[in-house]
Amino acid sequence: MSQAGYHPVLDPALAPPFPKAALPVLRNPQLRKNVAHAIDVIQAKRARLVTEKSDWQELRAAGAAIRDHALANLGAYLEQFEERCTAAGGTVHWAADAAEARQIILDILRRENASEVIKIKTMTSAEIQLNPFLEASGVKAYETDLAEIILQLGHEEPSHIVVPALHVNRSQVREIFAHSMGINDLSDEPKVLTAAARNYLRQKFLTVPTAISGANFLVAETGSVSVVESEGNGRMCLTLPRTMITLAGIEKVIPRFTDLEVMLQVLARSATGERMNPYTSVWSGVTPGDGPERFHVVLLDNGRSSILAKKTERQTLRCIRCAACMNGCPVYRQTGGHAYGSVYPGPIGAILTPQLMQMHHAQSLPYASSLCGACYEVCPVKINIPEVLLELRSQVVNQERRQVKKFFDPMYLGLRAANVAFSSASLFHAVQFFGRIGLKMFTGSDGWIHRLPSLGGKWTQTRDLRGLPKQTFHSWWEMRQRATRQKEAG
Amino acid sequence: MRASLFITCYNDTLYPETGRAVVRLLERLGVELDFHPKQTCCGQMHANTGFRGEAFCQAKRFVRMYQDTDVIIIPSSSCVAMIRDQYPGLFEELGNEELRRQFVALLPRVYELSEFLTDKLQVEDVGAYFPHRVTYHASCHGLRGIHLGDRPFRLMSKVRGMEQVSLANLDRCCGFGGTFSVKNGEVSSAMLAVKLQDVMATRAEFCTALDNSCLMHLGGAMHRQYAGMKTIHLAQILASTEAEPAETMS
Repeated sequence: MSQAGYHPVLDPALAPPFPKAALPVLRNPQLRKNVAHAIDVIQAKRARLVTEKSDWQELRAAGAAIRDHALANLGAYLEQFEERCTAAGGTVHWAADAAEARQIILDILRRENASEVIKIKTMTSAEIQLNPFLEASGVKAYETDLAEIILQLGHEEPSHIVVPALHVNRSQVREIFAHSMGINDLSDEPKVLTAAARNYLRQKFLTVPTAISGANFLVAETGSVSVVESEGNGRMCLTLPRTMITLAGIEKVIPRFTDLEVMLQVLARSATGERMNPYTSVWSGVTPGDGPERFHVVLLDNGRSSILAKKTERQTLRCIRCAACMNGCPVYRQTGGHAYGSVYPGPIGAILTPQLMQMHHAQSLPYASSLCGACYEVCPVKINIPEVLLELRSQVVNQERRQVKKFFDPMYLGLRAANVAFSSASLFHAVQFFGRIGLKMFTGSDGWIHRLPSLGGKWTQTRDLRGLPKQTFHSWWEMRQRATRQKEAG
Repeated sequence: MRASLFITCYNDTLYPETGRAVVRLLERLGVELDFHPKQTCCGQMHANTGFRGEAFCQAKRFVRMYQDTDVIIIPSSSCVAMIRDQYPGLFEELGNEELRRQFVALLPRVYELSEFLTDKLQVEDVGAYFPHRVTYHASCHGLRGIHLGDRPFRLMSKVRGMEQVSLANLDRCCGFGGTFSVKNGEVSSAMLAVKLQDVMATRAEFCTALDNSCLMHLGGAMHRQYAGMKTIHLAQILASTEAEPAETMS
């Protein structure tokens, strides 16, 4: 980000690998403090509101079951959604990939003669890199979610999927607003900052007649779209313009209207630690004299159907983008979102991004986890993220082990050798023996290893390693058994 | 009671004192302990790094080796988690029905050490004496993987002379994560730094756990920083008595 002297890349095809991308953040105390503070606050609120629900585990199970059922019958529910939405006066478009979705949206905007468009709650638009495309095509896009405004005006990148500007604190917001709005005497009082944003926004709401939104849920039964938010800016964006375009991933569909009962409960409690989010908008097509006159839905595949076909990975698509996994993640807590090189950071990003890229990019992401399992424990739709991480890791290894350069990679050499050693006890014991001799030259007089070469150096950069003990456990056991036998015999 | 000890590859190599303590502890409690001389590794390192084919080899080896064993005790929560969480998927993928059935039959006989003590032997007071201030680190696999719950605390509460200090943010990972600690060495170190703050704030003499891998991580940093704290596997505390104190010198 700008104030840190670097700019993160959120394009998986171009972003550096996770360990490298994490470095600038690890070296930035302000950023680490902002991230840790923000997620600790959300985590504590979530924990409180989850504990007060005696049926939380049942709600999670219901959430998972609803999403699974929708995914298992996705084609049918999408067609039902299209039919009902069309009957209610909406227009449904299907986009196989990002390029097609961008073009569909641009074509609609061209027909509207739009030179400006306001946007709300659409991470999917960042996934397809819509803003730069529209800009290049002569349409200026204005974000209207408070956090997104901060990012847009500050030329920052989102680092969280629910609180995208979580890495920016209020004195930094003050700087961004003062600079971009030309207000020199702005204070960092939240009230003052919100008022500044409101002034900026009202003007856009009243003058820009076209809008783009995302969707939290698509309801097949009624052809409805639902967007949940905290500020009411979304409500403005969804009701004031003449033409509305909703961009939604195909996995967003749920079967029945009553399914919202479960989904809205688990979403609000998991995402922001609220019993109910402040603004829940649900609309079906168009209503004459009330809200937009023209309504389009763009259903985006962009790699999703390929995930659907896979047994272990399919659960990734249950995700309702609550961000509980990243709030609970000890890795995210240190690195923030930018290190993930994608608009989808954290544990869900670590499994979703490489899959959306069909495993052609972001291969470092499945390894960006200590497999501690905190993400799985908090996920409101029970996505077993560690299980999917392991599945993707094995896919990465299967790709890489065919490459010549990886043949001599220390990690690959070591793990192949370990496999041979583990296949027989005598080989394993020989490796232990020679390993101890080999490590002797690195072992200090205090019996500890302070510096190792190659991969081992990644360990000893911050940690010592105790030198290998003279006697392994199994040889101690054998000695003891021999002694016992001798005693018995003698 | 007869039981077989699966010591795990890294305890065998790096922490033999933990193994010796398990032997002393269990024999003191009247368990007739056995040790399969051909044992090596459960396959966790390979499975967690994505080397599934290699993990298959270790998993098959484990199941064949222990199929006739009544009770298997493993003093490592992450290795137990490997067997409970990952073996089912591996054997399903392998498609060998005979092996899968052998595994299903074997699974309920696999115990993590504290599970064995509290569930199978049904003891909490193991007669231990350890006159030190100690804090317990709940390893992720022990906490969320195999749900050890309050078992370790029940065991610790009966250790004579020991002052148990609770650790803040008990559920937070120390950042080890196996090969994660070198593949993502810097992020792992950052996680470790945060964890160490909580651990050091307890002002304990020892940090204990049921997994030597976390302790290798925490202890490695303590040693590097000349911190006034050491790590010790809970088995060593439980084995410790007035007559035979724990080996804490190393």
